[in-house]
Amino acid sequence: MVKVTIDNIDVEVEEGTTILNAARKIGGKIVPPAMCYYSKLAGSGGKCRTCLVKVTQGSDKDPRPMPKLVASCSTPVQNGMIVQNITSPEVLETRKAIVEFLLLNHPLDCPVCDQAGECDLQDLSYNHGSSLTRTEEPRRTFEMIDVGSKIKLHMNRCILCYRCVYTADQITDKRVHGVLERGDRCEIGTYIKNVIDNDFSGNIIDVCPVGALTDMTFRFKSRVWFTNPYDAHRACPKCSGKVVIWLSGNKILRVTGRKDEYGEVEEFICNECRFDKKEMSDWIVEKPRKIKRNSVISQNHYELINKYGSHG
Amino acid sequence: MSIKILFENIDVDGIDSFEVYRKLGGYNSVEKALKNMSPEDIVEEVKKSGLRGRGGAGFPTGMKWSFIDKAPGKSHYLIYNADESEPGTFKDRHLMQYNPHLLIEGLILSCYAIRSNTSYIYIRGELMYVMRILEKAIEEAYANGFLGKNILGTDFSLDIYCHPGAAAYICGEETGLIESLEGKRGNPRLKPPFPALNGLFGFPTIINNVETLATVPWIINNGGEQYAKIGIGKSTGTKLISACGHINKPGVYEIELGLSVEEFIYSDEYCGGIKNGKKLKAVVAGGSSVPILPAELILKTAKGEPRLLSYESLSEGGFETGTMLGSGGFIVMDEDTSIVKNLLTFTRFYRHESCGQCSPCREGTAWMEKILNRIVEGKGNEKDIDLLMDIANNIEGNTICPLGDAAAWPVQSAIKHFRDEFLIKPEIV
Ligand SMILES: Cc1cc2nc3c(=O)[nH]c(=O)nc-3n(C[C@H](O)[C@H](O)[C@H](O)COP(=O)(O)O)c2cc1C
Ligand code: SF4
Ligand code: SF4
Ligand code: FES
Repeated sequence: MVKVTIDNIDVEVEEGTTILNAARKIGGKIVPPAMCYYSKLAGSGGKCRTCLVKVTQGSDKDPRPMPKLVASCSTPVQNGMIVQNITSPEVLETRKAIVEFLLLNHPLDCPVCDQAGECDLQDLSYNHGSSLTRTEEPRRTFEMIDVGSKIKLHMNRCILCYRCVYTADQITDKRVHGVLERGDRCEIGTYIKNVIDNDFSGNIIDVCPVGALTDMTFRFKSRVWFTNPYDAHRACPKCSGKVVIWLSGNKILRVTGRKDEYGEVEEFICNECRFDKKEMSDWIVEKPRKIKRNSVISQNHYELINKYGSHG
Repeated sequence: MSIKILFENIDVDGIDSFEVYRKLGGYNSVEKALKNMSPEDIVEEVKKSGLRGRGGAGFPTGMKWSFIDKAPGKSHYLIYNADESEPGTFKDRHLMQYNPHLLIEGLILSCYAIRSNTSYIYIRGELMYVMRILEKAIEEAYANGFLGKNILGTDFSLDIYCHPGAAAYICGEETGLIESLEGKRGNPRLKPPFPALNGLFGFPTIINNVETLATVPWIINNGGEQYAKIGIGKSTGTKLISACGHINKPGVYEIELGLSVEEFIYSDEYCGGIKNGKKLKAVVAGGSSVPILPAELILKTAKGEPRLLSYESLSEGGFETGTMLGSGGFIVMDEDTSIVKNLLTFTRFYRHESCGQCSPCREGTAWMEKILNRIVEGKGNEKDIDLLMDIANNIEGNTICPLGDAAAWPVQSAIKHFRDEFLIKPEIV
């Protein structure tokens, strides 16, 4: 076990733990936001840079600070390491800049986006971004495409976190989509209009932190905050069958995996559970699901805006 | 004439053939090393020589080699980084094209030093004709017993493969290169783990620049101490500088480290002065990534000392008033050059070459190019300059690989030294 201090709070973790996971062990406000890291996906992280922190002491043995801000999701802790997240103005300033980069080409179409209300990017911008824009350049745009019959790809909203790519690599037989091109021309694509079609493809919707990949069986049916989530299960031969059903009255509008407070699913589920089981009789309902995540809607930020005219 | 180590025989007719190369003493170092020296001896000589990586970062080569996990029975690789794609840098191509056997000789020694039996030459895709030259030289080396099984009857065996890239600057970054060599998209990897522990196909891997390894034969023939006597201070030996821009004699020069910038630009042995008798305005001294310096700061440091072509002297003054030796691409600009248009060209390059993995580099490079485009059209204002600086500062240090820094430095330095020019509509030149 090694000891590390994050924002003045001590925590002991296994050797090799990343700063982010050490912070998650502490929990609460000092946990850096993570838009690309996903603990269930090997190799993920390092890309979005929202999780950056300042290491003011490297370790007991080598107390020098690290020369620049580091991505907490991919930097292992050392014994005696001292880290600043929300106690460092430099970190907060830089995080603001990262949010600015992520929103630079984003269409800001939350009013018509199914992800609104449970979108990591929306939350991130409210909590860490600036309300002013400094860009006057035209935004990059792409055509919407259907990748398979159940999944809509809305590339304009993608932040290129690569989670859907790792998911397809790691839990499906064969990945047929990926990142095409490079630089700001990067796009998620199925090369020459391939169709993503396998029993677990729907999980790319759950891992997507934004509204780039959405469930076509749910599209525009309801805003998420008007639906009621319940833990439910069924005996499924393909997956654990443990899901969340999202109800409007007695109607199941959609089925998703069970996500924790960091937006990560507890277990991946199969397409049959996700897309085809929409009758109450398909499921054994357990209990209402408490959504622990720190979302815009649950925080009542909208009221704040009304009060102060802006969220500062 | 100053000392020539890499270019000693480069003008000899037929030096690209094994026969001529061998007659002039080529491959002697391999005989010496395999018969009389242990791998550790070679690492020791290279450490003594003070040789530093010529790919840009200047990391001590001997030290790099000593990091590799040499556990017997475990594969490990040496990769020859011949992806040379930095604007302004064209020294490796020259060496490979005209003296290919020197590279192979250097490669054999280096592989022996780290006990690697497989090596890859990762060569820039546009240089197919150079790859053919290397392949022919490799064939000759096999035919003459310097490559393959049991080289010179010893138990050391080595195979070399050439692998062309598909024209991406990012595949010159060592971990982007490894990904590409594995057949994947050339996205740089997160470090740690470093390639010396976990590199190509998950095995310990060393990556070196072409020029770096081509220096090793001379070190083995003459000894590390001899090499360390050449150059100045911690910048030992010679360096290839590819000079271009508004000079009378563009080309690739081998200089002894410590040569003064003034002599390099104005003497007839090197660049031969500024073209058409114009005045020097600015220099990018180490390839497009390093900070640009105005004439007064490239000729003399802020302390008033002559600026020398060495790692230390060029970086004297930090990024406030100094720059870096980088990969040795020396771009000279005369008084008529538009610094802003030149900056736009560089920035366009980085935007094009960013792999797009991390958000600051992917979004920031494109944003900077768009703003610079507006500025060059005469539609910029003070706020745009501040914004540019801010974007560059937000990219710098916040990315996975150094391409982000490389995109930020030219912008920061151009604004620092030539801010006045950003609001003048440049003439078409
Ligand atoms: C974007 C980028 C491009 C690079 N391109 C090259 C290259 O073309 N050739 C090269 O030798 N090193 C290149 N490098 C440096 C390599 O990552 C690596 O440091 C070098 O090959 C190590 O060799 P050395 O120690 O002999 O210098 C590049 C680095 C970056 C960040
Ligand atoms: S589509 Fe979604 S999951 Fe895939 S890279 Fe884009 S943002 Fe990430
Ligand atoms: S800095 Fe740029 S080139 Fe390097 S990994 Fe990030 S996006 Fe790719
Ligand atoms: S979560 Fe760490 S870089 Fe994206």
